[in-house]
Amino acid sequence: MNDSHSAMFKLQGLQVRFGAVRALKGISLHVNQGEVVALLGANGAGKSTTLRTISGLSRPSAGNIFFAGQSITTFPSTKIVRLGIAHSPEGRRLFGGLTVAENLRLGSCSRSDTDGIAADTERMFSLFPILRERRPQLAGTLSGGEQQQLALARALMAAPKLLLLDEPSLGVAPLLVKHIFEALAELKRQGMTMLLVEQNMKLALKLADRAYVLRTGSIALHGSSAELLSDDRVAQAYLGAAQ
Amino acid sequence: MSDLVYILQQMINAVSLGSLYALVAVGLSIVFGVLKLTNFAHGDVMMVGAFTTVLLIGVGMPFIPALFCGILGAALAGLLIERIAYRPVRNAPDVTRLLTSLAVTYILENFGILVFSSSPRNFPLPDALNESWQFMGGAITFTNINLLTLALTFASLIGLGWFITKTTLGLGMRAASEDMSAAQLVGLDVNRLIVVAFIVASGFAGLAGILWAAQAGVIQPQMGFTPLLKAFVAAIIGGFGSIAGALLGGFVLGALEIFIVAFLPDAITPYRDAIVFSLLIAFLLFRPGGILKPNREIKL
Repeated sequence: MNDSHSAMFKLQGLQVRFGAVRALKGISLHVNQGEVVALLGANGAGKSTTLRTISGLSRPSAGNIFFAGQSITTFPSTKIVRLGIAHSPEGRRLFGGLTVAENLRLGSCSRSDTDGIAADTERMFSLFPILRERRPQLAGTLSGGEQQQLALARALMAAPKLLLLDEPSLGVAPLLVKHIFEALAELKRQGMTMLLVEQNMKLALKLADRAYVLRTGSIALHGSSAELLSDDRVAQAYLGAAQ
Repeated sequence: MSDLVYILQQMINAVSLGSLYALVAVGLSIVFGVLKLTNFAHGDVMMVGAFTTVLLIGVGMPFIPALFCGILGAALAGLLIERIAYRPVRNAPDVTRLLTSLAVTYILENFGILVFSSSPRNFPLPDALNESWQFMGGAITFTNINLLTLALTFASLIGLGWFITKTTLGLGMRAASEDMSAAQLVGLDVNRLIVVAFIVASGFAGLAGILWAAQAGVIQPQMGFTPLLKAFVAAIIGGFGSIAGALLGGFVLGALEIFIVAFLPDAITPYRDAIVFSLLIAFLLFRPGGILKPNREIKL
């Protein structure tokens, strides 16, 4: 579990600044092939910034990002997606004026294997059957839960080797949250590697193998999900200022 | 009966003018969509298209090939403007980008004046296109250039419709207009999309410029200014940043201008532009999203 040398994905001393604010103060973590790793912490701890930096939307002021044996720290987003890192962002960020089918099509825009894309589209429809019904509908008219399923499916259409998930339960009705996490568990069984940011700690630790707890831009805790579930300090980390 | 014929004639005029506004507004909207920038140089790209066509006709090229070369010339101008002027300030504050676009306008216009002088030149339209069709004893009249304008407008808009709904590049352009970072996250190459958007928008500007000049019969370096302002009004009325909104706004504005002149008392006619710009202010105040209200705030 601590064998970070052979890890598929690795952050090394990652620092991100927004002006004078140090959003990430040098975090290191790794994700092994086939593993689901959760990134926990209070609002503003730097979870989304971490994912956005991995995807190339923010640039680190120091540190390195390694994926599949190479440094991708300075790569543009397009290239990062092509290498196999897909990102389902916080707030879903669907293209609301485009149809469900068009959103899925753009999810696969980094690929050129027509047969594989068609097969994956079918896979998405069996993973999220509601999307098949909603195919010609504008994404902006879907319910929160449906949108979240589409956001997941859109990211999966890139056929990623590593899936970055930012708050997949946010703004989703409880019943659908259960459904979405069942779909994520199914993806895990199929061997998908995931880095998951999630405010619902119990839900996240149930799915994840390991977790890191971020507190104001640094990693405060790290351990297996089983250890962290019974560790009071995890809950405390969420209280932020009370520390 | 004669009233009906008169209304019909005015409707023909409205569609004819509206299609020109729509062509200009569409390009303005495409660029605004991907860059959130009001591209004032758009009117000067029209001028580039028109001058290219006129110069090529001058050296003996037939009208139709010269028209297509004019469109290509405008597209190339748009490509260069993006590359040289807009890309370096892409992440700069809005004011910087707005001033850059004004600067490009002044540079292009003054370059045009330097090379061609500011006096108007004739647009050498082939006689065949000036031929007019008359019905009902001359009560309904239109010329071949009116017909060509309509045909090219609808053909190019159908082509655009196909491009933005059926091709990955076109869908990507719409996606980037809605949410630039989400477009990056799915792996779209944003630089490439912006370049494509400029080429398409400028091609439309070129076509509009050529048709505008062909109908007016003259060209001059500042010819893009009025159509740009009108297209700007059209795009706002329809819903800025939305391609459908630009089309709608273009035809609404065309109809409005023609009907003000045709159906209101003569005393009001001189205030046509004042009415149009009052409407713009009213929209900006009370419905800044325009008729179609695309889902975003308006930034100029």
